[in-house]
Amino acid sequence: MTMSDHLPVLILLAPLFGAVAVGLFGMREPRVCLPVTLAALGVSLWCAVGILLRIHDEGPLDYFVAGWEKPVGIGIVLRADAINSPFLLVIAVVAIFAALFAVRPTGERESGKTPHFFILFLLLCTGLFGITITGDAFNLFVLVEVSALSSYGLIAIGRTKRCKVAAFHYLIMGTVGASFYLIGVGYLYLKTGSLNMRDIHDILVSNRSLFGSRTVQTAFLFILIGIWTKMAFFPLHGWLANAYSYCPSSSACLLAPLSTKASVYVMIRIMVSVFGLDQVEANAAWGDLVVWLAVIAIAAGSTLALAQREFKKMLCFLIVAEVGYMVGGAWLGDSGRWGLTGSVYHLLADATMTSCLFLAAGTFAKHLGVVRIDDLSGLFSRMPLASSGFVIGALAMIGVPPTGGFFSKFYLIRGAIDAGEWIYIAALLGSSLVNAVLFFRLFEIAFFGKNPVGFHREQGPIEVPSERLEPPFHVLAPLLGAAALVILLGVFNGPIVEFIRTALLDPVTIVSEAR
Amino acid sequence: MNAKLSATFAVVFTGAVLLYAVSDFPDFGDPRSPANHGVSGGAPSASVYYIKNAYHDTSVPNLVTAILADYRGYDTLFETVVIFTAGMAIFAILRVLRRDDSGIPAAPDPAIDGDHHRIVVGVTCRIAVPLVQIFALYVVAHGHHSPGGGFQGGVMLGASFILIALSTSLRHALGRLSETSFIRLACLGILIYAGFAFLPLVVGRNFLDYGALRALFGTDGEEMARSHGIFVVEIGIALTVTSVMFAIFANLSSRGRLHGGL
Amino acid sequence: MTSSFHDWIVPHFNAWVYVIIMMTGLWAVIAKNNLIKKLIGLSLFQTSILLLYVSLGVKEGAGIPIIDHEAAALAMSGSDDALNPDRFANPLPHVLMLTAIVVGVATLGVALALCQTIYRDFGTLEEDEVLEQMKTLHDDV
Repeated sequence: MTMSDHLPVLILLAPLFGAVAVGLFGMREPRVCLPVTLAALGVSLWCAVGILLRIHDEGPLDYFVAGWEKPVGIGIVLRADAINSPFLLVIAVVAIFAALFAVRPTGERESGKTPHFFILFLLLCTGLFGITITGDAFNLFVLVEVSALSSYGLIAIGRTKRCKVAAFHYLIMGTVGASFYLIGVGYLYLKTGSLNMRDIHDILVSNRSLFGSRTVQTAFLFILIGIWTKMAFFPLHGWLANAYSYCPSSSACLLAPLSTKASVYVMIRIMVSVFGLDQVEANAAWGDLVVWLAVIAIAAGSTLALAQREFKKMLCFLIVAEVGYMVGGAWLGDSGRWGLTGSVYHLLADATMTSCLFLAAGTFAKHLGVVRIDDLSGLFSRMPLASSGFVIGALAMIGVPPTGGFFSKFYLIRGAIDAGEWIYIAALLGSSLVNAVLFFRLFEIAFFGKNPVGFHREQGPIEVPSERLEPPFHVLAPLLGAAALVILLGVFNGPIVEFIRTALLDPVTIVSEAR
Repeated sequence: MNAKLSATFAVVFTGAVLLYAVSDFPDFGDPRSPANHGVSGGAPSASVYYIKNAYHDTSVPNLVTAILADYRGYDTLFETVVIFTAGMAIFAILRVLRRDDSGIPAAPDPAIDGDHHRIVVGVTCRIAVPLVQIFALYVVAHGHHSPGGGFQGGVMLGASFILIALSTSLRHALGRLSETSFIRLACLGILIYAGFAFLPLVVGRNFLDYGALRALFGTDGEEMARSHGIFVVEIGIALTVTSVMFAIFANLSSRGRLHGGL
Repeated sequence: MTSSFHDWIVPHFNAWVYVIIMMTGLWAVIAKNNLIKKLIGLSLFQTSILLLYVSLGVKEGAGIPIIDHEAAALAMSGSDDALNPDRFANPLPHVLMLTAIVVGVATLGVALALCQTIYRDFGTLEEDEVLEQMKTLHDDV
């Protein structure tokens, strides 16, 4: 075996060892934190690229931890396939952007907490990589908790009073969600005697009456509700807006793009690998119900976003709407599986464009002190480069070609037409319209705002000279990088979608062939 | 009132759905249930394999330890990481750094802080602490043969330091185990676990496959190498758990200032 | 009545007990106003799940999942019956719940730390009072 066989485990060991190194050396010398973080994430990025190339050439990749391969289900298996390997790559890239942005993560006053920030940052990355690559239903729970506990820390590390309350609410909701998931896995274990996703799937497929049994249906329901709580799917979204808008900008740039998306990925993974798409699609009544819930989520997210005056809060409610897109798309149940394709592709597109927008919001908050939408006036003349990055992210959110946001909506709508879910199309288009209204209002303020104002903590709004105030390179580079990635995802949507569909069109054979 | 009503409704609904499934549960204590025996007509479940083979594979009589640290050692690694994460999160949330001290109420009453007059308590604890620590080490080492292992032993070791802090003062306990040293110790625990699990990669075997380290331990068979590997891993777990338990106590009891305290 | 009691409750009493504890905990999480009471509810909720899993591994007539010396010696000498699965309780749920216990403890620790900072900042642990104060806050973000 060569080192490249170990890529699935190396990708998450790199940030884990990075966190340990920061803990051992960073406490005394905080300057090593950033280089160590970037080096660890660089290794992860290299692993993600390696995994992607291998899957492209040789198909799905299994890694049996501790070598326990046979009989199936006694050890823990890591599994990389065409659904999760692009997402691994996006996690690595977005995390590097967020790390670059976080040069002074918690503000001047608490700079002593810089090592704590980077330890939690790297542990969150470990958790996210682990969630994405694991093939074991219980191991998923453990890694969800690793990432959840580190996010609570990253949110509450800020100086404000509000972020502690936001973190507490997130903790309650997150723990209840994870516990629901655990109950669901327990019910599955009780009926199948296995925790390995593929093994559970094979047992359920070979035993039709088992799939229809009350216990398995309840397990499915509880796993779904648990994950929906984690991803802030509409009525369970209460924790998200405060948690992501009151935490430090540096934390938000990592949490907002990746945390909810990882949960959406988990839902898709459970549908594809544990219950099997054929079984899920056979229960059309469930699908209809979930699509309706998603429509409500999209409508509610967009409406709530319209009501916000703070930039980051508005973005947070847009995330709620985007989660609705992805859940709805995954449950469309059209025969060509375009809806599911759109969801997986939107996972990637949404992670990059949310990263871009939150980097922009973080830049404005950090370097201009602006948090309210009305205070953004005169932005373009002061930060032309940073604003152009922001514009690209916003256009992707609206769904303007050639950004990734356009193509994901295209595939979602294609799936909805095949499935005949017109209400979902209406919600999707309506939400795009709302996004357009929101962002063009923003552009208008930022472009034509008459008197550029800054906001001073004690004195309120003050006049500032309209000179150029471009942020430093380490802030500008990730923002523009994310913007470029949004466009690249759109331009190369064809090959990406083709790659994803290799795993979606015939998941059963792909699931079983490696046995 | 309205909130309580809706809460009751939500809770009753959840409970009803869970109980709806109960009717087709296997009976309580049924040795032929899918979890205990395997699905009828299918392959035997993993637990049957563990009972039949774990002793041959790892030569650890305590099946729970064998599964915890070997078959599902990957879970346990991240379980240790969960503890470490919690410790770091508590530092990030609570720790008040010295230059920030202004504006925060002064340290608690020194009469409570360094009360050395509690002679009976002090002497008793001074005798008890070494006993607790020796027993903790025994629990860590004896996890192969009886209930115990790194987590349980680590909690006891952490408790012994908490006992020092309770019977004398937090400052005194921090003199034994300072802030930098317990953060380092927590990291070291993870490093021992993950680093040791990484070693098999060097000889071309999978992550956590201690059987590959036969040459390192100088044992005849892979099963003894696994048994020794489990022991090394337990030490790593114990280090992390000890230091994080004490860190949680130190931060919570002193409101993040790591002086004064209870 | 008695027949449904014997069919529904007696063979599955483990599930009934766990569901009742879970409902108590969840109710406290949702309905209680005091943050510490919420945490107590959360712990109850998590503990009930431990009960569910551990009760899955129970086998009638089986002992603890530790192989005693006689059985170990017999197994080494090649006897097949020494390691009869009916003699040992299912070890896997125990392993899983060790992990879940640790996760629960870790979550509780972080939650208590958060409660302490909330008390330091707001002077109260009643949720409605905290939310009331939040509305009038002018923090810089």
